[in-house]
Amino acid sequence: MSIHQPEPPAVSKIDYEEFAESPEFLKLKHRHHRFVLPLAAAFLIWYFVFVLVAALAPDVMATPVFGNVNLGIVLGLSQFVTTFGITMWYVSFANRRLDPLGAELREELEQLEREDAQ
Amino acid sequence: MTFVISAAAPSTALEGNNPVLNMSIFLAFVILTMIIVIRSGRNSKSANDYYAGGRSFTGPQNGFAIAGDYLSAASFLGIVGAIAVNGYDGFLYSIGFLVAWLVALLLVAELMRNTGKFTMADVLSFRLKQGPVRMAAATTTLAVCLFYLLAQMAGAGGLVALLLGIEDRLGQSIVVAVVGVLMIVYVLVGGMKGTTWVQIVKAFLLMTGAGIMTIWVLVLNGFSLSKLLDGAVAASTSVPADAILSPGLQYGGNPLDFISLAIALVLGTAGLPHVLMRFYTVPTAREARRSVVWAIWLIGVFYLFTLILGYGAAALVGSDVIKSAPGGVNSAAPLLALALGGPVLMGIISAVAFATILAVVAGLTITAAASFAHDIYANVIKKGKVNPDGEVKVARRTVVVIGLLAIAGGIGVQGQNIAFLVALAFAVAASSNLPTILYSLFWKGFTTRGAVWSMYGGLTITVVLIVFSPVFSGTPTSVFGEGVDFAWFPLNNPGIVSIPAGFLLGFLGSLTSTRKEDPRIAAEMKVRSLTGHGAEKASEH
Repeated sequence: MSIHQPEPPAVSKIDYEEFAESPEFLKLKHRHHRFVLPLAAAFLIWYFVFVLVAALAPDVMATPVFGNVNLGIVLGLSQFVTTFGITMWYVSFANRRLDPLGAELREELEQLEREDAQ
Repeated sequence: MTFVISAAAPSTALEGNNPVLNMSIFLAFVILTMIIVIRSGRNSKSANDYYAGGRSFTGPQNGFAIAGDYLSAASFLGIVGAIAVNGYDGFLYSIGFLVAWLVALLLVAELMRNTGKFTMADVLSFRLKQGPVRMAAATTTLAVCLFYLLAQMAGAGGLVALLLGIEDRLGQSIVVAVVGVLMIVYVLVGGMKGTTWVQIVKAFLLMTGAGIMTIWVLVLNGFSLSKLLDGAVAASTSVPADAILSPGLQYGGNPLDFISLAIALVLGTAGLPHVLMRFYTVPTAREARRSVVWAIWLIGVFYLFTLILGYGAAALVGSDVIKSAPGGVNSAAPLLALALGGPVLMGIISAVAFATILAVVAGLTITAAASFAHDIYANVIKKGKVNPDGEVKVARRTVVVIGLLAIAGGIGVQGQNIAFLVALAFAVAASSNLPTILYSLFWKGFTTRGAVWSMYGGLTITVVLIVFSPVFSGTPTSVFGEGVDFAWFPLNNPGIVSIPAGFLLGFLGSLTSTRKEDPRIAAEMKVRSLTGHGAEKASEH
C-alpha cells in the first residue's frame, strides 16, 4: 500500500470541479450543511448562555425548583438531555437523508473511475 | 484548575486502605491487557495495521475505545473530587467535556474519516502545500500530546502515593517508570489494535466501577436526587451550606476565567489529536458516526455518574475529610468506595483509576509516534519516498523515545504544580488545531498561509499567555511561587483570547496569501469528504 499523496494535478482523472458543481452533489452538500451548521450554532449558543448565566448570575441558578434541586441542576441536566437529543436527531437524519445520497454519488464516482481506467 | 490529580506527595496513608490488595487487582488488569495486546500485536505489520488497527473496529467497539481514551484519571478522580468539594462548579466541567462531543459528531468525525488516513495532518495537508502544513500540524500534535502525557505521568505518581501508600520520591519514581515501560510495551507490541483493546477494557471497567458505586449511592438515598443533595448540604462546611448546589464556590472570584475555560473545553475536544486519530480505526464514515454516538452515550452517562458520586462523597465522606486526606480532592472517589464497600471496592476503584492512566498514555503515545513517523519523517524529511515498513520502524523507535521522555518528564515534574497542563492541552487543541480543521473542511478560500499562521500562531499565543499568567508566577500556587512575579495576563485559562486569535490568524493568512491553492484538489476534497469516495472499499455496497 502506498501513502496517500494527493499530488497535484495528475492523480485524479475525474473532473472533481465539474462533479462538485453537479446538481446531485450540491443537493447532498446543501442538505448536509443546512442541517449541521445551524444545529452546531444552536447548541453552542445554548451552552454559552448556560455558562454565562452560571458565571455571571449564580443567584439565578440557585432558584429552587423542587426539594433541594435548583434551577442550576435542572439546566445542567438539560444540557445532557439536549446533547443526547441532538445526537439521536443527527444520526437519524444522516441515516435517512444523507447516507443514501452519499452512497449513490460514491457509486457514480467509482463508475467514472472504472471508465477512466479502461 | 484543580481537576487534575495533584502531584504533591501526601503526608499520611489512607486509613483502611489495603495497598497489597490494590496492587494485586492492578496486576490482574496488567496481565489481562498484556495477553490481549500480545495476541492482537501478531498481525500488526503494515502501516495500516500499526496506526489504524487495520480499520477493523466496529462503531460500538471504537465508541468504547474513544471513551477509554477520553476519560482520563483527571475526569474520574478530578471531577468527583471537584463536585465533592466545590459542588456545582465541578459539575460545570463535566458539562463542557460532554457538550464538546457534538462538535466532533456534527462537524469533524465523518469528514475527517473520509479525507484522511492516519493523522490529523493528512486532512489538513490534503489540498494545501504538504511540507509546511504537515510540519505545523505535527508540531501542534506533538505539543498537545506532550502536555497531556506529562500531566498523566505526573498524576500517576500522585495517584500511587494515595492508593499504594508509596510516599517517598524514589518509590513514586519507580512507579512512574513502571507505568512508562508498560505503556511502551503496549504500544510497541500491540500497535493501534492493542492500544484500542486496552482502552476498551479500561472503559468497560471504569463504567462498571463507577456505575456500581452510583447505584449504591442512589439506593442509600432511596433514588431521590433531592435527598442526596440534602445529605450533601447537611455535611457541607461551606457558608452558606447550600452554596455547593449553585455555581461560584470555585470560580466566584473570577467568572471570566471560568468562561475562558468553558470555551477551551467545548472547542478543544474536537481538536485533540489522539481523539481524531481514533476516527481512522473504523472502516467507514458511517462507523465513525456510530462510534461517536456510542462515545457520547458512554461519556454522558459517565458524567452523570460523577455528579451522583461527587455529591455522594460530599454527603457520606464529607468535604473536610476529603480535603485533609492524602491526595486531597482526588481522594474523593476512592474514599467514597471505601465508605461504601470497604477495602475491596476501594481496591477495585483504585485499580480502575490506574488502568485509566495507562490507557490514556498509550493512546497519546501512539498518536505522537504516528505523527512524527508519518508526517515529519515520511512526508517532510523523505518527501513521501519511503516504504511503509520503514515508516512503521521509525514509528516504533519513536514510541520508545517518547516513552523514555515521558518517564523522565514524569519523574522530573513530581511535586510540581502541573495541573495547568491538561487545560493547556485543550487550549492549544482549540486555538491551533480546530480552526485549521474547520477551515479545511468548510472554507474553500482557506490557504497554506492561513493554516500555518493559525497553527503556529495559536500554539505560540496560548503558550505565551500561560507563561505570563498567574499559573506561572505571582500567586502562592504558581509554578515559581509568590516571590517571582512576571504575570501580566490576568486569567489562568488563555482560551478566550487564544481561540479567537487562532481563527482570526487563519482568516487573515488566507486573505493575504499570494500563492493560489489548486481549486481542483479543493473540489476533490469536498467531494471525498461528503461522499466517502476513495476512503471506503468498493465492495461494501
